[in-house]
Amino acid sequence: MSAGAASPAGSNKISRRSFVARLLGERDGALVVPGLGSPTWDCFSAGDSPEYLYSWGGMGLAVPTALGLAMAQPGRRVLCLTGDSEMMMGIGSLAVVADQAPENLAILVLDNESFGETGRQTGLTAGRTDIVAVAQGFGIARTMTVHEEAELPALANFLFRETGPSLAVAKIALTEDPWALPEKHGRTIAHRFMVAIGTDRA
Amino acid sequence: MTTPDGGAGVAHWSGDVFKEMKARDIRTVCTIPDGGLTRLLNQVTSDSGMRLVTLTTEEEGIGITTGAWLGGERAMLAMQSSGVGNCINALGLPAAFGAPCLMLVTMRGIWGEFNPWQVAMGNGTRPALEAMGVRCFPVEHAGEVAETFAAAADLAFHGRLSAAVLVSQRIIGAKGFGQK
Repeated sequence: MSAGAASPAGSNKISRRSFVARLLGERDGALVVPGLGSPTWDCFSAGDSPEYLYSWGGMGLAVPTALGLAMAQPGRRVLCLTGDSEMMMGIGSLAVVADQAPENLAILVLDNESFGETGRQTGLTAGRTDIVAVAQGFGIARTMTVHEEAELPALANFLFRETGPSLAVAKIALTEDPWALPEKHGRTIAHRFMVAIGTDRA
Repeated sequence: MTTPDGGAGVAHWSGDVFKEMKARDIRTVCTIPDGGLTRLLNQVTSDSGMRLVTLTTEEEGIGITTGAWLGGERAMLAMQSSGVGNCINALGLPAAFGAPCLMLVTMRGIWGEFNPWQVAMGNGTRPALEAMGVRCFPVEHAGEVAETFAAAADLAFHGRLSAAVLVSQRIIGAKGFGQK
């Protein structure tokens, strides 16, 4: 696909909502740090859990937040579930992940090649930029690109059971999904998350 | 007794700050290095119980410290004042979660600065932090850095808020690259 294509994600087939719901069904107790916008809506739509650290802002910080959590909780698998635009904003954080190399951290980029929340403007991954190649160049050796929903069992195994740090890109369709808005008060989200994982302090 | 240059036989302020970090079980230090932080960062690197996290941009440190706190560990961010400008939107993250965010900032552009490109952000560091709700603790004398750091750390971790210690260029020493 050429840069500035008129129809981003036009050939992508994966439908995000059902795909994420099926994937989270395989998480085996992994903590989930979804990025702001659609990844957060996807998680909530799949079924609420205190182990989902919903985000309503701080674009670019999903990977750093997940990294800090993974380093503090080496016994728990942590999945950062983000979108292509947020990943691009925080792209340098992949070098930090590679450097720290937490074995319990996995990153999944839901790549619809668009700024889906703001009017579906074409994103940089619609053109020449390949996030998997960037991650490889930064030193994240374990990577995967998924184009078909049938690849979900292999993806779940890659994200939740194989040694990290790992990064996968799922090429998803640019869909319009119904709103699925979770709790938005950060202190409530943080508190219930910390109670769920036993890190809450009086 | 501490002196700006921490010469032979004289304690440097960073040694006392490091002790306060250890006393509070701060295990992770995220950084884009600054010359004035060299001694402190070397102590972190040399301690097997601590983790130095080198960043690509300072705002990543805000996410990492927030994630660490959610996971039950204490972390902090150490950076030059120019890096504060990279953190502005990110500071909304710990604010929203009610998470602590402790920053140690070495100032540029304020005291005897030779590089005009440092002046704007040096002047803007404290107003920008305060505009984002961060409590600022400026320090002008080497002997007061450690106690100020300790007070800011306690306020941040117990009050669950963002606090920044601003270490004056007067303490660090203004460099000149032979142009002064």
